[in-house]
Amino acid sequence: MRLAFIALALTVSAPLAQAASQPDPAADMKAFQGYFLKQFPKLPLAAYVNGPYNFSKSESDQWKQIMEFPPYQFAVDDGKKLFETKFPDGKTYASCFPNGGIGIAQNYPMFDAKTGKVVTLGIAINRCRVANGQKKLKLTVGPLADISAYMTSTSDGKPINVVIPHNPKALAAYEAGKEYFYTRRGQLNFSCASCHVQAAGMHLRGDVLSPALGLTAAFPLYRSSWGDMGTLVRRFIGCNQKVKSEPSKPDSTAYRDLAYFMTYMDNGLPESGPGARP
Amino acid sequence: MKTIITVVALGLLSSVAAAGVAAAATPAEIAAGEKLATTTDQGNCDACHMFKGADEAGNIGPELKDVKSMVPNRKEFYAIIYDEEARNPQTIMPAFGKNQVLTPKQINEVIDFMYTK
Ligand code: HEC
Ligand code: HEC
Repeated sequence: MRLAFIALALTVSAPLAQAASQPDPAADMKAFQGYFLKQFPKLPLAAYVNGPYNFSKSESDQWKQIMEFPPYQFAVDDGKKLFETKFPDGKTYASCFPNGGIGIAQNYPMFDAKTGKVVTLGIAINRCRVANGQKKLKLTVGPLADISAYMTSTSDGKPINVVIPHNPKALAAYEAGKEYFYTRRGQLNFSCASCHVQAAGMHLRGDVLSPALGLTAAFPLYRSSWGDMGTLVRRFIGCNQKVKSEPSKPDSTAYRDLAYFMTYMDNGLPESGPGARP
Repeated sequence: MKTIITVVALGLLSSVAAAGVAAAATPAEIAAGEKLATTTDQGNCDACHMFKGADEAGNIGPELKDVKSMVPNRKEFYAIIYDEEARNPQTIMPAFGKNQVLTPKQINEVIDFMYTK
């Protein structure tokens, strides 16, 4: 079985062609998704949300077992309680979001024309807290991951729908995220694409490297190696550290833009967070 | 003419020296090389390459077996570990020497070990 996976993986060769000079997110997305669909012709688009499980029989068997009692269920339950608990001013999180925060996670990250910045779901949750006189929560783990897990669970299966408006700042944010993704960094000099495009589906020691397509779709997720839930920025920090590069701050512009680019590439895939990984 | 002779002589000298180093690999050097090749924050070769004795090896790079015929030239082998990007700018194999992950001595120990595979 392993052999078949190796053969699949070996067909991946050159990384994606780099940008044309004029930002064209829609064309980039088409090329990005097309690249992977061509590399792994047996994998339908929607399957990419399952990341490493597409490439390893043993891991997907393990996954089926794990999913009988999804390890993120506690987070969803705790998150729901937190989401519905009133702030001292009597309002709840629902007051800060369209549709009361239900079934909208697939639209994040979002560009906020007022601040000219990208807002991830986590940052929107913190904004809501600040608007209601509360302290910000950590963006990587803990209650904020739980609230995100609950909100994301109400979007289960909805197509990811990140919008890049015709606004120079939105386009610049998208381009910055894209550049971050393809830039080599750290003592080991890897880009995100080195592992998740060039080596997608191959084994880095015991880990199967998930293709870049679908990478954001199952967040927040429970990782057995973490022993708890983590958000997408938690993973960014982990992958930066792997190659001995300096991670950015969880709420940094760099990570917001990176999430904007990566999630836009996943447009059309079914929202499938919260997820579980080995 | 004279210069050419010197160059040839030099070349001969260095290949003799290189061969000398290879021949002189001690069990201690080979053991040091094995440790480096399988230690995560050092050589970490088995993260990407399968070789005999590696535990949970990856498959991003080619399997390293019969390494003496794969890279018979020790200098070339050194260059691959020192900076594979020089040969293949697209590679994801880290430049262990250039980026100071491994010292020259350590690279030589890794080579000593790999030549036993
Ligand atoms: C040296 C290799 C390497 C590099 C470079 C790397 N990653 Fe990863 N990444 C991994 C491994 C290993 C995993 C865990 C297995 C998997 O799911 O792919 C992972 C997982 C992820 C995941 C979670 C996928 C999932 O479904 O659980 C995300 C998101 C991610 N990486 C983003 C990035 C970003 C963004 C960068 C660049 C800043 C990056 N990675 C650079 C090795 C790498
Ligand atoms: C992150 C992945 C990675 C790591 C770590 C790595 N390599 Fe490589 N290596 C590769 C890849 C990929 C190639 C294929 C050639 C290329 O990409 O240029 C390669 C090629 C080679 C080759 C050339 C094989 C040939 O056919 O000519 C040798 C020899 C080699 N590696 C030895 C090592 C040694 C020794 C180490 C540890 C000190 C190591 N590699 C660590 C990825 C890696």
